[in-house]
Amino acid sequence: MPGEQVLAVRGAKKSFRRPSGDPLVVLESVDLTLREGELVGLLGRSGSGKSTLLRLIAGLSKPNGGSVEYLGKTVEGPPPGIAMVFQSFALFPWLTVLDNVEVGLEAMGVAPAEMRSRALRAIDMIGLDGYESAFPRELSGGMRQRVGFARAVVTHPNILLMDEPFSALDVLTAETLRTDFLDLWSEGQLPIKAVILVTHNIEEAVQMCDRILLFASNPGRIMLELKIDLPHPRNRQDPAFRALVERIYVAMTARPAAAGAPSRAERFAGSGISTLLPRLSTNLISGMAEAVAQPPYNGRADLPEIAKHLQLEIDELFPVAETLQMLRFAEVEGGDIRLTDAGKRFAESEITGKKRLFAQHLLAYLPIAAHIRRVLDERPNHDAPRSRFSDELEDHMSPEAAETTLRTVINWGRFAEIFAYDDDEQRFTLENPS
Amino acid sequence: MLRQSSPVAAPPVSVGGARRGLNFYDIVAAALILAWLLAFADSSRHMAAPLAVENQPISLSPWALPLDALRSTMRMLAAMVASLVFTFVFASLAAKSRRAETILVPMLDILQSVPVLGFISVTVTAFMALAPGHALGAELAAIFAIFTSQAWNMAFSFYQSLKTIPEDLKEASRSLRFSAWMRFWRLEVPFAAPALIWNMMMSMSGGWFFVVACEAISVGSTNLQLPGIGSYIAAAVAQRDLTAILWAIGMMLVVILAYDQLLFRPLVAWSYRFRFGEEDESAPPRPWMLDVLSRSTLVDIVTAPVIRFFDASLRRSRLAPDRSVGQPDPDYRTPLGDRIWNAGLAAVGLAGAVYFAFYVHRVFPTGEIGQAFLLGLPTLARVLVLIAVASLIWVPVGIYVGLRPNLAAAVQPVAQMLAAFPANLVFPVAVSAIVALNLNADVWLSPLMVLGTQWYILFNVIAGAAAIPRELKDASGNLRLKGWLWWRTFALPSVFPYYLTGAITASGGSWNAAIVAEWVSWGDKHLAAHGIGAYIAEATQEGAMDRVLLGIVVMIVYVIALNRLLWRPLYALAERKYRIN
Repeated sequence: MPGEQVLAVRGAKKSFRRPSGDPLVVLESVDLTLREGELVGLLGRSGSGKSTLLRLIAGLSKPNGGSVEYLGKTVEGPPPGIAMVFQSFALFPWLTVLDNVEVGLEAMGVAPAEMRSRALRAIDMIGLDGYESAFPRELSGGMRQRVGFARAVVTHPNILLMDEPFSALDVLTAETLRTDFLDLWSEGQLPIKAVILVTHNIEEAVQMCDRILLFASNPGRIMLELKIDLPHPRNRQDPAFRALVERIYVAMTARPAAAGAPSRAERFAGSGISTLLPRLSTNLISGMAEAVAQPPYNGRADLPEIAKHLQLEIDELFPVAETLQMLRFAEVEGGDIRLTDAGKRFAESEITGKKRLFAQHLLAYLPIAAHIRRVLDERPNHDAPRSRFSDELEDHMSPEAAETTLRTVINWGRFAEIFAYDDDEQRFTLENPS
Repeated sequence: MLRQSSPVAAPPVSVGGARRGLNFYDIVAAALILAWLLAFADSSRHMAAPLAVENQPISLSPWALPLDALRSTMRMLAAMVASLVFTFVFASLAAKSRRAETILVPMLDILQSVPVLGFISVTVTAFMALAPGHALGAELAAIFAIFTSQAWNMAFSFYQSLKTIPEDLKEASRSLRFSAWMRFWRLEVPFAAPALIWNMMMSMSGGWFFVVACEAISVGSTNLQLPGIGSYIAAAVAQRDLTAILWAIGMMLVVILAYDQLLFRPLVAWSYRFRFGEEDESAPPRPWMLDVLSRSTLVDIVTAPVIRFFDASLRRSRLAPDRSVGQPDPDYRTPLGDRIWNAGLAAVGLAGAVYFAFYVHRVFPTGEIGQAFLLGLPTLARVLVLIAVASLIWVPVGIYVGLRPNLAAAVQPVAQMLAAFPANLVFPVAVSAIVALNLNADVWLSPLMVLGTQWYILFNVIAGAAAIPRELKDASGNLRLKGWLWWRTFALPSVFPYYLTGAITASGGSWNAAIVAEWVSWGDKHLAAHGIGAYIAEATQEGAMDRVLLGIVVMIVYVIALNRLLWRPLYALAERKYRIN
């Protein structure tokens, strides 16, 4: 079925300069070709570079190496014929639905009469009839994203880029929009030649795409390419569908090869204070441990299953699972999570016992937590400014990542009661208010 | 209900950002502005030959008032147009060029601290020399002075909006291949509109004070008297005509009421459609004037061709593609260009500073400079004491009113109108009383400084109290918070950011008012308090440009010091700790 090649990404690289001067690689040498009639999914966790790649293709950002070619020409800026649908919809709140759909045509210089008729046709097709004069703020999320689709489709683009278009919607609305889109796409009603979909939802990718590129993090790169030949409409309960989902989970939880030093640093403690920490509350961590400890899992759970059970997307699921692994409360491998003995005790303890165990493991396996505690112990007044640690972290990571990491450490440290922190004075101490 | 108040409560001085103290760019900006003021004053001094501006005698008949008021209003609107053009150009430049930003933003910061009435003394002769013998030069001088009272906070507001446009909207407009022209009108201006319109309206409110103050002004032997409500009142003061003053006050009230109903409320309500972000269940205000305009077919007929023409300009603008598309990311900048830019700035700044230093050295003995700085102290004390006193009165009142929606709906428009009312119209009444009772000028002239500006505290506190979330109010009731505990843990912290916005506005206004409040006359009787305001006013009267300039510089130093040492840290605290979201 695939026809002419419309897009070719060759060895595209993207990095940012860190304050220390050396580059932070977010995307490492990626190749991708897209042919007419294809719907390709870019699947991965946040920080895996999939959105970065999408922005390179959209011409919104420039690669530091390699090239992006659209219809044989290098992409220098947003080219005509590539349209984008945004996760946050990105509608202009001061324009009506009709104006929002028309604005792209206006930028192309289309005459008013033609602009109107094309916009009305797109609105009709996407199912927005009757909402023409509404403002975005009057619409539900699902309707807003329909406007986002109509605005992109009305320009008759060759390639439609979709950046997690359903992830800001509730489950039911997202499903409706997905099937509506798939119907239009498979019936060939959309004036589009090819689609790239960025997502962190595994089932969504398997449901929609002809081909999935699975991204790994640190640095972002493609680790697996998967062709999906299941006929549409696809049934999520179909064993072939489930097998594909399971296969992706296994790939995502595979221990990285020994060569990948930076990714080891991310997944394991003991490699210095450069570990990036996600923004994650202790409630989620202990909640997950408890859920795995309880029947029907009894200490060992299949990740896709528990994700469904707890209604967690992989963007939420993996950070929790990996944190449990980092703190030696669990092992994650082969698409499964298995609690360690300490993990089981942690899950079963009352709140004070939980705090004690958490404190022990934090000090043993999270170098930055141990480091803060050691500095506070060594100082005669047991007191240190926040900047002391944020500066240190910024030597290893971007300022934003350092901020997130430090906030998470503060949050976990407070729960474990291994130190106290006063946000007004921006100081760490050992004294909790008594 | 009460969101006629600011959609984005931000004080009209730059308090945002983590910047504290002075950095390199602040110093360059200061040097440039000083040199610029000096150049103005210099040309004024050389051209100080008396200009024969035709001064028709001002009629004190009440029938002359409507026409006078109309002329004052026209001056205000002309200045507003100029301010808007300035805002679009200046703020766009600052927001889009990283290099221009380094110097333009500190310049704006300092310009905001320049006392407007001092400004006019320095610029008036220069402007009048542009069109000798015509009233045009004088008109330009007055409009320029009003412009300087309006433009800076508008430019700041627009700049800050441009810097906070959400990334996804920027990407969407780039991906849709907007031209620069189209992006300006379809993205940037609409996004900035609510804050900009609010600031325009606040600027105009503040502007009445300066319209009145700068219509009748004497710089040495140059007498500026433009037909308008300000000249009317000046003539009434000269003739000690209390009845005429009351007529003028009445007329001004009518003008402010009309401004409020015909312009302020409709515009602010209209700007709601541009509001971004969180949904609001409560219906936006619907002033009657907005209904009239939006339902009138006549308005449609008039505006339709304009809109058509405008839309066509957007479509055609695709021929001028947006240059920013596909620019390399800013983290790969060329440090060399930056170094050249900074060196250039340093050179220009140094030249300005040297120019100014030589001038100061030539003209003033050190004693004069020291004396001027000493005179700043009593004015500083007045500002601080009066803001404190006004706060003690209006914070409790504002909280009381703001917590009662019906009462607030009635009081808030009045407070906003009082803030717009030019307090200098009322000065003569107070001054005549002080003269008659032979009171101490140092003490009794002081309250005049906050007469007009205290209302900013009141209406901001009302807005703050009205914005307290329902559940927080319920919680404080449920916990049975009472007495001082209620004030300390609930009421005062809840309104703190809003109060601060009001207090900063009031403080800035009071410094300006000092120039007219510390040095007043009633007929041929003059009263002066000790202070930097009186120093400037007296020097202006004598046409002593050097001392005017010195006074202005001293006042700028005080205002900036107060902003940096008091208001900015407090505002940062409010932002961090007391913002309810």
